[in-house]
Amino acid sequence: MMKDTFKLGGKEFSSRFILGSGKYSLELIKAAVENAGAEIITLAVRRTNTKDTENILDYIPDYVTLLPNTSGARTAQEAVRIARMARELGCGNFVKIEIMKDSKYLLPDNVETVKATQILADEGFVVLPYMYPDLYTARELQEAGAVAVMPLASPIGSNKGLATREFIQILIDEIDLPIIVDAGIGKPSQACEAMEMGAAAIMSNTAIATARDIPAMAGAFKDAIIAGRKAYLAGLGRVLERGAEASDPLTGFLRD
Amino acid sequence: MAENQFFIDSEKLSEKALLRKHQLEQDPSCRSDHMAYMEGMEQIDSTIRDRVISEMSSYDYNVYTEADVRRALAGERCTVEDFKALLSPAALPYLEQMAQKAKLETSRHFGNTVYIFTPLYIANYCENYCIYCGFNCYNDIRRKKLNAEEIEKEMRVIAESGIEEILLLTGESRAMSDVQYIGGACKLAAKYFKNVGLEIYPVNTDEYRYLHECGADYVTVFQETYDSDKYETLHLMGHKRVFPYRFDAQERALRGGMRGVGFSALLGLADFRKDALASALHVYYLQRKYPHAEYSLSCPRLRPIINNDKINPLDVHEKELCQVLCAYRIFMPFVGITVSSREQRHFRDGIIKIAATKVSAGVSTGIGDHESKYKGEMNVEIGDEQFEISDDRSFDEMYRDVQEEGLQPVLNDYVYV
Repeated sequence: MMKDTFKLGGKEFSSRFILGSGKYSLELIKAAVENAGAEIITLAVRRTNTKDTENILDYIPDYVTLLPNTSGARTAQEAVRIARMARELGCGNFVKIEIMKDSKYLLPDNVETVKATQILADEGFVVLPYMYPDLYTARELQEAGAVAVMPLASPIGSNKGLATREFIQILIDEIDLPIIVDAGIGKPSQACEAMEMGAAAIMSNTAIATARDIPAMAGAFKDAIIAGRKAYLAGLGRVLERGAEASDPLTGFLRD
Repeated sequence: MAENQFFIDSEKLSEKALLRKHQLEQDPSCRSDHMAYMEGMEQIDSTIRDRVISEMSSYDYNVYTEADVRRALAGERCTVEDFKALLSPAALPYLEQMAQKAKLETSRHFGNTVYIFTPLYIANYCENYCIYCGFNCYNDIRRKKLNAEEIEKEMRVIAESGIEEILLLTGESRAMSDVQYIGGACKLAAKYFKNVGLEIYPVNTDEYRYLHECGADYVTVFQETYDSDKYETLHLMGHKRVFPYRFDAQERALRGGMRGVGFSALLGLADFRKDALASALHVYYLQRKYPHAEYSLSCPRLRPIINNDKINPLDVHEKELCQVLCAYRIFMPFVGITVSSREQRHFRDGIIKIAATKVSAGVSTGIGDHESKYKGEMNVEIGDEQFEISDDRSFDEMYRDVQEEGLQPVLNDYVYV
């Protein structure tokens, strides 16, 4: 069987679990790497901007790709500045764009996100934009040079699961980039469902960070994501969502 | 309702000063109009004050029942009405349930993180007569203003301890600590710290912009009480007496480009339930108008000051304080909550597990005494403190204690852009 991997910016990944950055501790990073098999870990530049950083980076093995994010940015210009800062800090050329102009719900600003994607992709960054699942925006992001699109499932930290399910499905069906579902995934079953739909990967943080047993929850996410991926590849989506193929064709009576 | 006895006469005051002081205390007609702006004070066009004050005035917390409280606790979103119920006396028997719900909200929005910072007082000169404050101009204390060299020395000592976020404070004297002086301190602070906040007298929008350009990004202004009649009887003289100018400070700060603003009433001065409601609504309405900004609430209670050790927070006991903080958290899960060293160690250790997201450590509210405090070296001259602190844990102790509570101490989560 062929290895089931996906590519971002020329790098190949086999793990489809990405650790988000909102609430992290050494324990969480350890669990994400060891129990969830994460190969990508996001780091908020605003949080790595601390003397404690070395500690945290010590826990991240070399084979893991760092995905610095621009959290704290309110405009495209601020996101660009933070991304450049990340590159200077030695975090590589991957960047997750997060631009929020609302401190209550932390919803992404799609318009500013497209602008920042254009600028950073032109500067050679591998750009993964966090966005509100809107088809037109996703197309513009692709046009602007994004390597993946990261639609939110529900408001960040809400653990409410796939509130935007229908719109994420449209992106999966219409956009020729990996769709990485980000924000709001509250439990493994929801991660599994997103993978069944055809998402390329899942980013999660709060659901694991706030679990009673962090390593065990990290492991549960890993299994759920693998299960969802297998189901997608097995064609479950077609059976459940798009009608079964009857063994006796309905049109079997036609003669010429 | 019981009242604190605030008036203390220093023997060092001249006869003329004493006469003026007594006149201010006893004869309201000799005091200036506390609702009128003084010369140079910028007036902005905003309806937020009217909305907050009218909501507060009509708030009758005795009408709320246990059923209202249960409904508020069961709901997924907390409306203003729910919040009023949670602040009411009817909610006190539900304190544990409130704490459980608050804890859940805190962990959803902040995970298990607790931010640690330290305040640095750079001057304690003051032109106001606020009768409950240790810095008030009639109080006999040692006054001091640090010069640039002294500020830098203090900052170096604090930075060496590991702290990355600093809050700069002054007494409220434009004459002794003007905006240029504070701006200079911000520039120095930006060299040593990742995050610089200000707690100074309210200034105009262009001055906030200047201070922002000097490196500060957060502004905290305590309204003390939102009851303007009560406010008038507590702030007898000076620019702080002007209630509306103070109220609009955060909005001016945001217009000046600051990233975040902090709010609070000083609990124990007036009706704390009404003040808590007004503080939260002040944030609530501003957030709707300036959704990009970051917001935080504090919850200071009255403390004893030099020359008056009897001052206390009256009916705001720890239980009531906890109720207020849980209600804040449930109403506004996204807001930062700071609990200062005015509170005792056991309270701070408990509340960071429920609602608070930020604590101070290595605190001195005096002027220029960090070196003696941190290194045991006695400084020649220091200025007296604003109030007595209750939790004198150092940065290292606090860091360790937060970790031992199973929480993650965070020194910085901010980048200046």
